[in-house]
Amino acid sequence: MSDTVNARIEDEINNNDVVVFMKGNPMFPQCGFSAAVVGVLTHMQVKFKGIDVLQDAEIREGIKAYSSWPTIPQLYVKGEFVGGCDIIREMHEAGELQALFGDKAIAFSEG
Amino acid sequence: MAMEAAEIEHLIKTGLPDAEVHIEDLRGDGDHYAARVISKSFVGKSRVQQHQMVYATLKGSMDQALHALGLQTSIPEDA
Repeated sequence: MSDTVNARIEDEINNNDVVVFMKGNPMFPQCGFSAAVVGVLTHMQVKFKGIDVLQDAEIREGIKAYSSWPTIPQLYVKGEFVGGCDIIREMHEAGELQALFGDKAIAFSEG
Repeated sequence: MAMEAAEIEHLIKTGLPDAEVHIEDLRGDGDHYAARVISKSFVGKSRVQQHQMVYATLKGSMDQALHALGLQTSIPEDA
């Protein structure tokens, strides 16, 4: 694990409240799972930053090592790894995602 | 290279011996699976931790053989 890639990752997740490491970008997701997470966040009108791992092989591998999580997408809220597509969908359906954003003082719309 | 559902189930059960495992091949191509894993060992763990436990049983298969494995984890009703 390279120190620089960890530093870059931490820089992103600490300077942006909501970050999704994804394939493609929020306007044009390149995979169904990434699109699903973007879809949930957009539906909730949450402000977030999408990082396209397809543009950066170092980040693509580094983020998996960072979170000990083998897949993309990965959602971070206030620097903390929340989960991938399955977890985000489950949490959204159960109202837990809304509760998390509420706890972390992140603006969202009940839709 | 794809994986067989039985192989995935075997790996999960080896790592989580008390788990009940249901695997579904989402597209019939051996490359996109959904797994439902129910285990007492998940008690007290966050969803992320539960999924990490399942990924750990697959010992890096995710990197090479599996393109996608949807996960749903839960604890037994009587836990």
